[in-house]
Parts: sequence; structure tokens; C-alpha cells
Amino acid sequence: MPDRKALQADMISAHTGPSPGHGMQRDLEVCKLIDTTTCIGCKACEVACAEWNDLPFTPTTFDNTYQTMPQTSYHFWNLIKFNEHQNPDGTIQWLMRKDQCMHCADPGCLAACPADGAIVKYANGIVDFNQENCIGCEFCVSGCPFEIPRFNPMTKKVYKCTLCSDRVGEGLEPACIKACPTGCLKFGSKDDMKFIAGERAKQLRDNFGWQNAGVYDPQSVGGTHVIYVLHDATDPERYGGLPSNPTIPWSYTVWKWLFKPVLGTFALFGFLGVLAHYVTSGPRLAQPEPPGKEKING
Amino acid sequence: MASGAVERFDHKARESFESLGKTTVYRGELLRHPVYTRVLHWAVALFFFLALFTGFGIYLPWLFRWFTPIFGGGPLSRIMHPYFGMAFVFFFGLQALNWLQPMLWTPADSKWMRNIMKVVSGEEKMEPPETGFFNAGQKFQFWEIVGGCVAYLITGIILWAGARTFGRIPVAISYVVHDISALIMLGGIFVHIYLSTIGEPGTFQSMIRGAVSEAWAWTFHPAWYKQITGRDPLQACEDARRQMKS
Ligand code: HEM
Ligand code: SF4
Ligand code: SF4
Repeated sequence: MPDRKALQADMISAHTGPSPGHGMQRDLEVCKLIDTTTCIGCKACEVACAEWNDLPFTPTTFDNTYQTMPQTSYHFWNLIKFNEHQNPDGTIQWLMRKDQCMHCADPGCLAACPADGAIVKYANGIVDFNQENCIGCEFCVSGCPFEIPRFNPMTKKVYKCTLCSDRVGEGLEPACIKACPTGCLKFGSKDDMKFIAGERAKQLRDNFGWQNAGVYDPQSVGGTHVIYVLHDATDPERYGGLPSNPTIPWSYTVWKWLFKPVLGTFALFGFLGVLAHYVTSGPRLAQPEPPGKEKING
Repeated sequence: MASGAVERFDHKARESFESLGKTTVYRGELLRHPVYTRVLHWAVALFFFLALFTGFGIYLPWLFRWFTPIFGGGPLSRIMHPYFGMAFVFFFGLQALNWLQPMLWTPADSKWMRNIMKVVSGEEKMEPPETGFFNAGQKFQFWEIVGGCVAYLITGIILWAGARTFGRIPVAISYVVHDISALIMLGGIFVHIYLSTIGEPGTFQSMIRGAVSEAWAWTFHPAWYKQITGRDPLQACEDARRQMKS
């Protein structure tokens, strides 16, 4: 598939008019669409994820909700978050949101990671952790605005949802998509998913009275390759802590790529400085200097 | 440093180290650093460099492939770095207590700092007569490392336990403070190594054998020389010069 795209003519010399076939094949940035308004909390996606990725299940904590466990873990990457939200008029909304890596276009985890090749973002938008290169420093945990990377203390590596990069690479949809019985999960190109999500939000606004219905695709991280349709896009926090303005600490962007090399070079000047001093001024000797070394030039 | 004035907690350690090793002082020399001080100094230096090099790999993406293989790869560097760092802070902590008294800042030190350019340019051949066991530059470096150790310890623990324990923002801040502290120390260490080896010949042996020549003492630490020998450093220098000429 990718090879065919590489052979797609984009420009042709001395040819007037559009190149034949130009733009016929669309750029494939993949995307998962989660429509929280049609999720029934059946957890089929949780099971499919654990199944496909061979994740061992371990005893968990019951916290008086339907939620499988309080938060995702290194062996549980896909968790439906259940929330009972009380509206101002006293009515209750029972919210279910599938929580997993958002596959950010501008991934904070990747910006924070110091290990060469531990985190890779593919051209199709998938952000993947390569555990064999991970050094277990957990900087990614602090870089991610969605609390996604999870540390396994046994292997000392970090794990998270891969958007089933192994399946997608073979042209299959992620396991969770395949399992979803209501069609609230969809997978396709980012453009298509955005279009469908937009239409669905419009439908919710026009026909169902959700005036604030909208699409969650936060631009503060360059957009994400997992997007949500929410009943109320003005308050994503109510869906189990979805941040309304996810950000990456500046220390991981400015500091790492600008100040670190610059200041490191300055520290190196300490070395050059003493070298220059030795060459220009020379050592300071204990006095009196031995007679053979007495100066003749005053 | 006159001994025995105050009973210190590490008094016993100092005594027993003295029986573990020995310091030979020849005629014309003075005892500068006892065995205890020397062992601590080299333990500090060893763990400083181990922590520095394991840290380098993680510090800059451009250095990752250079420094992590020295310690058996990235994961191992990452696992060992905090232990090296803690050993560094531990030994420097002992050294700091060992040296606290001679490192106290005096008005003469502030004056020394104002004249620092004269020292750098080599214009001032002899240290000013008030310079005691350590000069102001050495004291400055000492206190810089004390501050650095505190910063390392606090930020290091935050980075070690990670965002799971302390949250994202403390980690993001700690990471910057940890690095700045390391950079300042690194810059200072170049100057330190230079001055204690080729920059001021005769200094290195004070941390190896523990003894220095009297000429070194009256040149670089005149007040200390006076305190130990009871002689006037300038006079001693003049006497030596006259003797050398005749
Ligand atoms: C190969 C590297 C090093 C060499 C050759 C070296 C040498 C020396 C020498 C000869 C002294 C005695 C100075 C005197 O008696 O006046 C000294 C003192 C000292 N060293 Fe080092 N040292 C090294 C590395 C380090 C490191 C890595 C640290 C700490 C991070 C350190 C901290 C100190 C301190 C605080 C003093 C006392 C104050 C001073 O003289 O600046 N040294 N060192
Ligand atoms: S959600 Fe977190 S882990 Fe996933 S790509 Fe974004 S920053 Fe990385
Ligand atoms: S723990 Fe996270 S930041 Fe650290 S090396 Fe592994 S993937 Fe990168």
C-alpha cells in the first residue's frame, strides 16, 4: 500500500494542467472515533484489547462503580470510565467513556522521553512505545496530559495502548473496534472520522437537544488520533477527567531542544576556559620560583 | 586546623582512618589533608563522575548513544544513576561536615572575591596574607556543591518516584533544576581540576599523599602557614629567595 502511494505522480515536468491521478489517493492518517453518546458500557472493547494484546488479568479494586478498575494499568490499556454526572436541573447523566492513549499529533510522552527510539510516532499518527529501547525513567508519564503511560515495576518499562499498530499495519482495524456491538467505535482516516463525528454532533444538537454537543479533538496537542463525540463538549472533565485543555510542560519542549544543548555547550566552555588560561597565563607557581626559572623580562 | 578543640561526631572515624593509612611528611613539608579527608574526597569524586556519566546519556538525545553503553545500556544507566547520586551526596555530606569549620565565610573572603581578576590574570603571585586553610574561591565552590547536593537530593527524589507519586508539574520542574545544578557543578569541576593539578603545581599531592611543601603553603595559604608554623609567610618567602640566590 505505501509503495503504491510513493509511485503516485505529484508533479510532472513541462506538463500543463493537473497531473493525472494527482490527489486520487488520500493521505491516510488513521483515527479512532468514540461516540460517548452511543456507548452502553458493555466492556467488549476492554476484553478484546486484553485478548489481542495478551494482557494478563489480575485482581483489581472495586470502587462502587461499574468501572473495571480505578484507572488503566500496564496490563490494562483500555478502560471504560463510568461517571454519574448531576446536571444543574437535578437530572443525572450516566456517562461512559472509553479511556486509552489519544495518539496525539504532538505527543507529550515523546517530547519528554530521553531514550533514542523508545517512543515512535508513525506517519499514520499512531504513537507506539518500543519497550526494548525504554529505559524506564517514566518521564513520559509526566509528559502525557492524559495520564496514559503506565510503568510496570517488574519489567521496569512503560506500556500503553498501541492503537493495535500491529493490526493496523496489516490493514485491519484495532481489536476494540472489531468488538464494539453498538457501532459507537469507528476506525478510518482522520478526515473521515472528523466528518462523521461532526455530522453526529450536529445531529445531537439539531435533533436531540444537546446544544453543546461537539467533537473532542484538542488542538493544544495538535489534535489527536482518537476523537470523541461528547454530549457536552464544553465540559470534557465530567467524562472521568478528560482535560479541557491538555498541555505539555514547556520544560519538555523549550528546555530539551533549546536550552539543554546551549547550556551544555556553556558548561563545556569551562573546559575550554581553563585550557585557554593555561595557554595564555600559565600556571601559578609556589614562590619563590626556582632560580633556573627566574624571569628575564621583568 | 588545630585538632581536639571540639569533640565531633566523626572524631572516631577520623582517628580510625588515620590508623588505616598513613601520611608521610618530609622535612620542608606540612600536613594538609589527613587520610579521612582524602578517602572522602576521592569517594566523592568517583561517585560524582559515575553519576555525571550515567546522567549524561539521559540528559541529551545527542549524547545518549555515546554515554549509555559505558554502563551497559540505557536501562542500566537509568537504574544506577540514582544510586551513584545518593552515594555522591552521602560522601559529600560527610565531607561537608568534616570541612564545615574551615569553609566558613569571612570578610577577608569577600575582599578576595572583589580582587578575583588579579588572581585569574596571575598578577598576584602570593595570596593575600589573610588567606587561611581555604581561599574564597575554594569556599565558593564548596558551598556551591553543598547547594547543588540539596537541589539534587530534592529534585532527584521527585524524579525517581516520578509523576505517579508527585504529579506532572513537580517532575517537569525538577528535571530543569536537576540539570541546571549539574551544569553549574560541571563547569566548576573543570576549574577545580585545573587548579588542583596543572594550574597550581604542588596542589595535587595534598589529596594524594596529604602533604604539601612549605613554599606552597606560604604562597597559597599564608594565614594557615602562619598558624601552623608560627612564622611570617612573607618573611619565610624572602628568606627562601635569599637562600636560593646565594
Ligand atoms: C579528578 C578530579 C579531581 C581532582 C584532581 C581533585 C583534586 C583536589 C585537590 C588536590 C584538592 C585539595 C585542594 C587544597 O588542598 O587546597 C581538592 C579539594 C576539593 N575537592 Fe577535589 N578533585 C577532583 C574532583 C573533585 C570532585 C568531582 C569534587 C566534588 C564534586 C571535588 C570537591 C572538592 C572540594 C569541595 C574540595 C575542597 C575545596 C577546594 O579545594 O576547592 N573534587 N580536590
Ligand atoms: S495520550 Fe499520552 S501517551 Fe498517548 S500519545 Fe498522547 S501524550 Fe503520548
Ligand atoms: S519510561 Fe517513558 S520516557 Fe522513559 S524511556 Fe521509557 S518510554 Fe521513554
